[in-house]
Amino acid sequence: MTALLETRKLSVDFGGLHALDGLDFEVHEGEIVSVIGPNGAGKTTLFNAITATVERSTGDIVFEGVSLLGLDPNRVTARGIARTFQNVRLFANMTVLENVMVSQHCRTRQHAFGALFYTPAFRREEAEIRERAEKILSFFGPRLVGYRFDQPAFTLSYANRRRLEIARAMATQPKLILLDEPVAGMNPVESAELTQMIGRLRDEWGFAIVVIEHHMDVVREVSDRVVVLDGGTKIAEGDYEAVSNDPRVIEAYLGHGTET
Amino acid sequence: MTATVAPETAANAPMPARPALAQDWRRLVRMGAVGAVAQIFIALSNMPVRLDERLVVKPILSLGYLCLLIVPFAAGHRVGHQIEREGVPQHTAGAHEVAGGAACGAIAGGGLSLLAVLLANFDLREPLVNWSPMLAELLAFGHTTGFAVVVWLLIGTAVGAAGGGLRLLGPRSQRAAVTMVLTVAGAAVLEPLVVDLAEGMGLEALSDRLYHRRGGVNWTSALVLAAVSGILAVLGRGRMRQAREHIAALEGAKRTRTNLGLIAATAALLVILPLFAGKLTNELAANVGLFVLLALGLNIVVGLAGILDLGYVAFFAVGSYTAAVLTAATSPRIHPELPWLVALIIVVVVTGLVGLFIGAPVIRMRGDYLAIVTLGFGEIIRLIFLSDWLSGWFGGAQGITKIPGAGIFGLTSVAGTDPRRVFYLVLAFCAIAIYVSWRLERSRLGRAWMAVREDETVAEAMGINTVNVKLLAFVVGAVLGSFSGAIFSAKVGSVFPNSFLILVSIVILVVVIFGGMGSIVGVIAGSAVLIGVLGGPKQPGLLAEFSEFKLLIYGALLIWMMLARPEGLIPSVRRSRELHQQEMAQDAWLKGQVEDDNGSDNGNGNNNDGRQAAAAT
Ligand SMILES: Nc1ncnc2c1ncn2[C@@H]1O[C@H](COP(=O)(O)OP(=O)(O)O)[C@@H](O)[C@H]1O
Ligand SMILES: [Mg+2]
Repeated sequence: MTALLETRKLSVDFGGLHALDGLDFEVHEGEIVSVIGPNGAGKTTLFNAITATVERSTGDIVFEGVSLLGLDPNRVTARGIARTFQNVRLFANMTVLENVMVSQHCRTRQHAFGALFYTPAFRREEAEIRERAEKILSFFGPRLVGYRFDQPAFTLSYANRRRLEIARAMATQPKLILLDEPVAGMNPVESAELTQMIGRLRDEWGFAIVVIEHHMDVVREVSDRVVVLDGGTKIAEGDYEAVSNDPRVIEAYLGHGTET
Repeated sequence: MTATVAPETAANAPMPARPALAQDWRRLVRMGAVGAVAQIFIALSNMPVRLDERLVVKPILSLGYLCLLIVPFAAGHRVGHQIEREGVPQHTAGAHEVAGGAACGAIAGGGLSLLAVLLANFDLREPLVNWSPMLAELLAFGHTTGFAVVVWLLIGTAVGAAGGGLRLLGPRSQRAAVTMVLTVAGAAVLEPLVVDLAEGMGLEALSDRLYHRRGGVNWTSALVLAAVSGILAVLGRGRMRQAREHIAALEGAKRTRTNLGLIAATAALLVILPLFAGKLTNELAANVGLFVLLALGLNIVVGLAGILDLGYVAFFAVGSYTAAVLTAATSPRIHPELPWLVALIIVVVVTGLVGLFIGAPVIRMRGDYLAIVTLGFGEIIRLIFLSDWLSGWFGGAQGITKIPGAGIFGLTSVAGTDPRRVFYLVLAFCAIAIYVSWRLERSRLGRAWMAVREDETVAEAMGINTVNVKLLAFVVGAVLGSFSGAIFSAKVGSVFPNSFLILVSIVILVVVIFGGMGSIVGVIAGSAVLIGVLGGPKQPGLLAEFSEFKLLIYGALLIWMMLARPEGLIPSVRRSRELHQQEMAQDAWLKGQVEDDNGSDNGNGNNNDGRQAAAAT
């Protein structure tokens, strides 16, 4: 079985710093992969490189058998990779619904002409966009629907902002979603619930998922496979049990000694 | 000094009266000093002397003196401002407000007393060109310097006391007082307009009674006006807001119908009114309309897509010149003498292409860099039209003259000699521009523009081709600007490079910021106030006497706006949210709109109820 996403000898340098150093990493269809590692290990940089937000130095990134090299971020998204941001970055002054609507941009067609002449095609697409946005938001239960639709995103609680980020990623209709620390800042109840949701995202919506996470209970719960990064390289890979008992992993965490 | 501690210790007692002067004498002196400096500055800017001609209330008050009197009034009012903790003032208002205002006003007035003395004893004409006997005479009311010193102290005290005293009135009377003053001032400012309209409608008797023959509101009519507006303000209190809330509370379809009705009524008014108005009013309205058109275009670029374009005049220029070349027989190189409407199509295409051409290299930059580069392009376009190299095409500094009016299907020809027709033409294009802005804002493209404005990197990661989207905003803005240009050249009948100075870009931007970025109504109101009253870069406004000080006042208004009302005169809902994020988040929290999400599943229903309860109160 060929991988959905594959990085081959991927390196990213920032000046003299090798944030990623010849990383081989792969995700298969319908798989949930956790990426863990101490701070500064290069986890976020991996996401940035895949989504073309940072420039790769050497190596290749292949999605569905086609290289992503040289694509702009919006083209990568159009290919079917969506992401969330570690430091939540919503369109703060747009409403909850608009945040999700605008993220369907690359899946919709209507342009200035349709809007100006209010064509039937435009109206139909507009209704579809709205309907899809409402459906996606209702995935998160009652807390992002109803009057919340029209509230600006900045009024949301921290946990809801993280949920809205996921909703926005779903709206781009991806095949692969990259979640950067989705439960950071959530309390145990919320984080347990979101863990469930990550599973449902795969089961009900069919996304493959890569999740960067520090909370080990979340990692244990969701992962089919765990990849451990340190200093930009992969130091271990396997299921949760194997990885958590790997002496190199324990060494990496103890050695840095700052992680929970 | 010890008295300063008193209010702190008494903070938990219910609203003590504020100790007069003792508590904040520093603040008082500071405010007074600021007022004094401001008055000296205004006096030396020559505004009072220039504006002394223009009377506000016939024998008593000229615009020149009004400029000076506003300062102690504002200072006296401002000094009584208290910082409210959690929306609760710390002291009750009392006699000290008047005392404080009077002291503050006296210090401010003292500035002019000082200036009068200095004027009499020194000659500083060399650096200060307005250091003139005229100013000295104006300050002394034609009497001696000693008189000037005393009288300005007294005037400052009185006016400052009035400013402070305004705080003693309840909110209702305050609003009435402000309405009365604004009505009289408005009547004076709008004098040419009112006279013109009254003539058109055969109501000369009214305007003759209202205004003195040589300008200015008669003082009896001023009193009547004040009384009537005061009564209306008290009676009509809250009616407007009630009506607005009523409309906002209507159901979807009904609300749309009401809004459509309002729009239709406004449109009908705009169509009918010019029939009764004379040349002056129509000329003014046409100028305002041209700037509305420009500002709506820039509003898409700056307000929606968040691209700070400081060279917007380039598109106005390209539109004007293209229309001129295509329609004028005197155009130096090619002169196809096309009908105006046909030329307009080519104008749109050409300006769109120029927009693409300028936009393509610029649009990849962000923020400040982009602003600077667009500024450069704005100048480059003007210099191209000015250059000897292309003077064979565009006439260089001589420009293109004798441009015929805009023919509409051979029915009529719209030229500057008939401002009414120009106004109708402008109105039609404004309607188009408003429609375009309104439709685009509520479309996939409009949302993408907003996303780019909010966070370009994230917008790109969400699948938006930011370069294309921004470029499109640039082009749409350019096309709307070119409409204005094409009408401008037909109206004025000639185009010269120096009609398109950077100043025009700045003025349009000021209109957009002043009116409210991203708000269609705001942009229109901004043009009406700034261009209509103060005047455009070259177009005189209602206060033609102000034209010399236009930029000074623009600047002052802009600064005041940024401090007091950064979202603009009539903000878009979105924009005002943006600028008051913290407050809104806090309010929302207080109302329980933001759940703290602990055990959120069952907490949600409660929160909802809490919100409704809060909304009901
Ligand atoms: N844009 C950047 N410029 C320079 N250095 C960066 C940049 N982004 C990340 N780094 C560095 O790369 C290393 C990996 O960072 P990151 O991928 O964010 O780590 P984490 O695994 O905690 O997400 C860190 O040392 C960080 O300082
Ligand atoms: Mg990270």
